Amino acid sequence: MHNNHIVEAKELCKYFKTPHGQLHAVDGLSFQIAEHTVLGVVGESGCGKSTLGRMLAGLHEVTSGSLYFEGQDVTNPSRKAKKSLYRRRQMIFQDPSSSLDPRQCVSDLIAEPMNVMKLYKGRRERDARVEELMDIVGLAKRYAFSYPHELDGGRRQRIGIARALACDPKFIVCDEPVSALDVSIQAQILNLLQDLQYEKGLTYMFITHDLSVVKHISDEILVMYLGCEMEHATSIELFEKPLHPYTKGLLSAIPIPSIHTNREEFIMSGEVASPINPNSGCRFASRCIFADEPCYSESPEVIEVLPRHFCACHFAREVNGM
Amino acid sequence: MNNAINKEIHSGVSGKLKKRSYFAEIWHRLVKSPVAVVCIVYLAVLLIGIIFADVIAPYDDKATDLSSRFQTPNAEHIMGTDDFGRDLFSRLLHGGRTSLIVAIIAVAIGIGAGMIIGAVCGYFSSLVDNILMRFMDVVMAIPGMLLAICVSVALGSGIVNTALAIAVGTIPMIARQLRSSTLLIRNQEYIDASLLFGASSVRIILHHVIPNTLAPIIVQSSLYIGGSIMAIAGLSFLGLGVQPPTPEWGNILNNGLDHIYDVATRWHVIVFPGMFIVVTMLAFNMLGDSLRDAMDPRMRK
Repeated sequence: MHNNHIVEAKELCKYFKTPHGQLHAVDGLSFQIAEHTVLGVVGESGCGKSTLGRMLAGLHEVTSGSLYFEGQDVTNPSRKAKKSLYRRRQMIFQDPSSSLDPRQCVSDLIAEPMNVMKLYKGRRERDARVEELMDIVGLAKRYAFSYPHELDGGRRQRIGIARALACDPKFIVCDEPVSALDVSIQAQILNLLQDLQYEKGLTYMFITHDLSVVKHISDEILVMYLGCEMEHATSIELFEKPLHPYTKGLLSAIPIPSIHTNREEFIMSGEVASPINPNSGCRFASRCIFADEPCYSESPEVIEVLPRHFCACHFAREVNGM
Repeated sequence: MNNAINKEIHSGVSGKLKKRSYFAEIWHRLVKSPVAVVCIVYLAVLLIGIIFADVIAPYDDKATDLSSRFQTPNAEHIMGTDDFGRDLFSRLLHGGRTSLIVAIIAVAIGIGAGMIIGAVCGYFSSLVDNILMRFMDVVMAIPGMLLAICVSVALGSGIVNTALAIAVGTIPMIARQLRSSTLLIRNQEYIDASLLFGASSVRIILHHVIPNTLAPIIVQSSLYIGGSIMAIAGLSFLGLGVQPPTPEWGNILNNGLDHIYDVATRWHVIVFPGMFIVVTMLAFNMLGDSLRDAMDPRMRK
């Protein structure tokens, strides 16, 4: 294990019990996140991105597999281990209108983690820290006693960011932090998150379904489909040389604001299969234009097709003419 | 340079701003409704009247004067006198004290216990929830008045016992309501956020769940106070609640009923206590309705 990997997941699984069977939300994911980098996680809704994020943040228990945080096994941490984890990993939620208690004012919201963790003894010290945090995330002091419903979406998300930063974590799970915001505000929040990452040396896991957003912010990208890894590569590589048919499909779905573009189109047909008791084959097989016999019976292994470019496809080389 | 100026402006502004209270906002909307204002004024006058009953009441509420029995309202006794010649107005003022104290204690017990049970059931939703809620269902299946009569017979009369008898019926209703709102709140992301800081269940219930369910509970409590006044009067009317000679609206009414066979000259012995009960209950109910409108999120600006 490398020392500079802040998060390491091995065969991470999360199953939910439903009346119809096991729901495989996350199924055998392995990856590492290096310190001071951003791992983008993309996929359609329902592909298990959020479940993965919540597992890494510690909100969901791990069904099987193991999870390491700074080299320490945190798969099912003890009460004592949890306490120190609260300070080291945090999460920014998707919808700031539901992740902020509507009955608390801005300063109370930001002070809450400090109160719970008893980080500051004096009231004055704590208030100074709240002011500092508001300054860091770009919230004017005059909003200290406003309530979330009085603020716009961007400012609300800034509160969420300030709250996550309150205990100086090293690793932050950003669960679609901009998808509930107006496009004009998305860029502001993204820039803020990026600036914070540089300044504080943070590590992010950035979950999103918006490919332009993930390209902008991530160092590496993990493409998920129905709980499984499809492709994992550096951000530049993935956008230039997508190997997996699903990634190709996703990339060609990005609209290009020009009528004169000519590009290879990979339009996906069909619908996402059910994640409840999935078949043993490739999860994407039913929608894949290259699907052949082994795809329906055997689950493809994740192979390093190109250096540091992983892909889970039986025909990764053939499809790409390699 | 620019930054320094900006900071100055912000600190200057923040000095003037005060934390705007949620309840101040509701009060502001509440007083816009004329019905609510009438109710508040009536209840305020009544409250002052019964708090300072010793000073305001023209006569001693327990002093009998057999020479002046059943006097119809006149200049000396503005609401007349009863069968022992006691001044009815003085008795009603003192009686209101008992009625309201019992009603407030009853609602406080009901809401306190109901809130705790409801929040715990909703938050933990497991075996505890099932057991407690089935028990609440059993209690709810018994008609409120019948339950109050049973508890009252078992515990005996007196202010606290009467309050308890009435509270037992309201606990399951509050618990049910709180449980359903807790279930909704539990799935909100701000609960997850608190869990990420390591907040305990007790902290989450006290800091997030209960404050967010308070609005409908406050509305309900004003309705329940009205209902409780009625229930206490009912119990006293049956001879189970507060015992004479301690005046209470219900037992004054009950006492009056014994002498009503001569309505033409003795109407006042039931009309006035009845009026106090009805008007007070109506005031609480209408205030509750106005409160509900004022707290409606759709009315928020």
